[in-house]
Amino acid sequence: MKLLIKNGFVIDKSGDLFGKYNILIEDDKIFDITPDDISEEIATEVIDAEGLIVAPGLVDMHCHLREPGFERKETIATGSRSAAAGGFTTIACMPNTNPVIDNKTVVEYVLSQAKTNAVIDVYPIGAITKNLEGKCLASIGEMKFAGIVAISDDGRPVMDSNIMKNAMVYAASFDTPVISHCEDTNLVCGGVMNEGYYSTIMGLRGIPASAEEAMIARDLVLARSLNIPIHIAHVSTRNGIQIIREAKAAGVLVTCETCPHYFSLTHEAVLGYNTAAKVNPPLRSSDDVAAVIEGLCDGTIDVIATDHAPHDPESKNCEFDRAASGMVGFETALSLGITNLVKTGKMELSDLLYKMTAKPADILRLNKGRLCEDGAADIVIFSEDEKRTVKAEKLQSKSKNTPFDGKELYGAVKYTICGGKVVVSQGELA
Amino acid sequence: MSFRQKDLLGLRDLPPDDIRQILHSAETMRFVVNQPIKRAPHLLGKSIVELFYKESTRTRLSFSLATKYMQGTMSSVSFEDNENPRESLVEIAKTLDRMGADTIIIRHPMSGAAELAARNVRCSVINAGDGFNEHPTQALVDLFTILQHKGHIAGLRVAIVGDIMHSRVAKSNIYGLTKLGAKVSVGAPATLLPSGLERLGVEVFSTLQEAIIDSDVVMVVQVKEEMLKELRVPSKGEYGRFFSVNDERMKIAKPDAVFLHSGPIIKGVEVSSDIINSPCSLVEEQVTNGVAVQMAILHMFSKRVGANEITY
Repeated sequence: MKLLIKNGFVIDKSGDLFGKYNILIEDDKIFDITPDDISEEIATEVIDAEGLIVAPGLVDMHCHLREPGFERKETIATGSRSAAAGGFTTIACMPNTNPVIDNKTVVEYVLSQAKTNAVIDVYPIGAITKNLEGKCLASIGEMKFAGIVAISDDGRPVMDSNIMKNAMVYAASFDTPVISHCEDTNLVCGGVMNEGYYSTIMGLRGIPASAEEAMIARDLVLARSLNIPIHIAHVSTRNGIQIIREAKAAGVLVTCETCPHYFSLTHEAVLGYNTAAKVNPPLRSSDDVAAVIEGLCDGTIDVIATDHAPHDPESKNCEFDRAASGMVGFETALSLGITNLVKTGKMELSDLLYKMTAKPADILRLNKGRLCEDGAADIVIFSEDEKRTVKAEKLQSKSKNTPFDGKELYGAVKYTICGGKVVVSQGELA
Repeated sequence: MSFRQKDLLGLRDLPPDDIRQILHSAETMRFVVNQPIKRAPHLLGKSIVELFYKESTRTRLSFSLATKYMQGTMSSVSFEDNENPRESLVEIAKTLDRMGADTIIIRHPMSGAAELAARNVRCSVINAGDGFNEHPTQALVDLFTILQHKGHIAGLRVAIVGDIMHSRVAKSNIYGLTKLGAKVSVGAPATLLPSGLERLGVEVFSTLQEAIIDSDVVMVVQVKEEMLKELRVPSKGEYGRFFSVNDERMKIAKPDAVFLHSGPIIKGVEVSSDIINSPCSLVEEQVTNGVAVQMAILHMFSKRVGANEITY
């Protein structure tokens, strides 16, 4: 099978591609990328991408697919379809499932479900500690050989510094990245939203920014003293970003990510006890949002990850304290980046895409996220300028918990091609 | 003047004129309470339900009596196992609504619970205290009591002291008092002062003395268990030594200053016994006014409205 993508404007910063190219795909690989014409006659299928952007398929290094255990919220099948609809071809799912992905058997289960049911590539992330309890290391080596791409106790911080140190040292010997959920639970003290004026007027317990920053600082101290890399998940505060910036300048092996909601929304979104905007870490102040954007633009923040966190209506239509944290993110991520970073003139589209493709792939040691001859035929084709209105009920995810319902955003995914297979065609899932 | 609010969820969003209207109505209701035969027809045929997820004898009783004095029917529902509810708040509120309740009075340990219920029902919802958010009915009682004794609220200096961090009563009073023109100062240990409080238009102090000086009204709000659980102060003893309202601290208020506390009072920690028993104390008055104000609230919020506004 030969698929020709012609007339598209190709952007891939990692491969220095920026201009009109034609791409020929043969089976699951890219056969040719060229500014020259490729005869349609040699192709079995042709996509005319005139006026559209052609980029590497997006890579998400931080999502929740809820299977096994919480299939009412999402499954690997539905999650992968949602990701494909958002332009993703590779996703890595966090281990806070039931049972937890903390051993080889669950890793193999996830991979087998992904192989059978997913429409894109799904990689599991294993737990740092058994059952995410922060007490004993999970079988990291065994999981690595079974197919995990990183370890993380996402959703829960590893509070014990010695366990975190041992996890970093041990995982490094298996060349396994450690993704840290930075949150000092003592400082969180039962908080459910960002601490500040809005938590005060709503009478909700506040989570101080220092809860995130204290833990970032600890992890960077460990990374520095051990000379071992650490990846900080979903950074959201000005001081946290500054701490990372200074550590990077000092040569600490740190990378970090943020999520679209941290550069798109402030804690005001929670007003009216809007549980759709309840996330962890919480939405922060406008100053923090500005700092996240600065961090993205100056390279302090390496990656934009979705933290796609689906929840059923029962988990959200309840008291704010009781409501689950998280929002679905696959299908709005690219649009939020285009709308709030590119269209506002703060970031080049090529840089946005780099943070959603090659960079996360590199951190996970995956040969993905770039367009090159003989490379995987993972491609997204989208319109940068088309406006669309987010409709929660139309999302492909099994869950519809988004605070962006009704928002008009730039950017519309037209085609998602994973391993040479067209998964999304003309904006519709195949 | 028409009264358009469906629910009484807090004083933050209640227009000043609506607050005045409730206080005005409470005057009439107080007259009823003081009659030998306490009967008014305002709730005849109305069904009121108390939905309490957290016990509160005083609030519950005063609503119950208020309903009876106005010939309404009162039903009570309590939930002890709030941690593991068999039915969600939304489901229960919808059920009560479908059963024909005109008004649901809700007390809940979580902020926003009353608003959540109100969004899902057609009947009126009255917030009788939700988490650390608001306790509008108690604040209206306090406003009414101050009004009775001072004749006005605009221009008064009111000090609110105590565990501000965990006090829904303090918040509702701040909204109500500032809306009606009072100058409010707040005093508490710095660890019990929530961030951004100044943006509510109040002066904030970490000593009682600074907050109380030259006040017309000194209002003490309850110290909550959370204060110690969260290690925000070393002990009740130390709190009492530095932050209780005693005779000496009351003296720095104006000579004719009055004292309020919505109860129950932890004597010796929040306030000394001599203050409670002194002529400046309006604590007993607050209890009596409680029934009158709840009557006014029930009267104004028990008009089932908006039957077509909610879609299930």
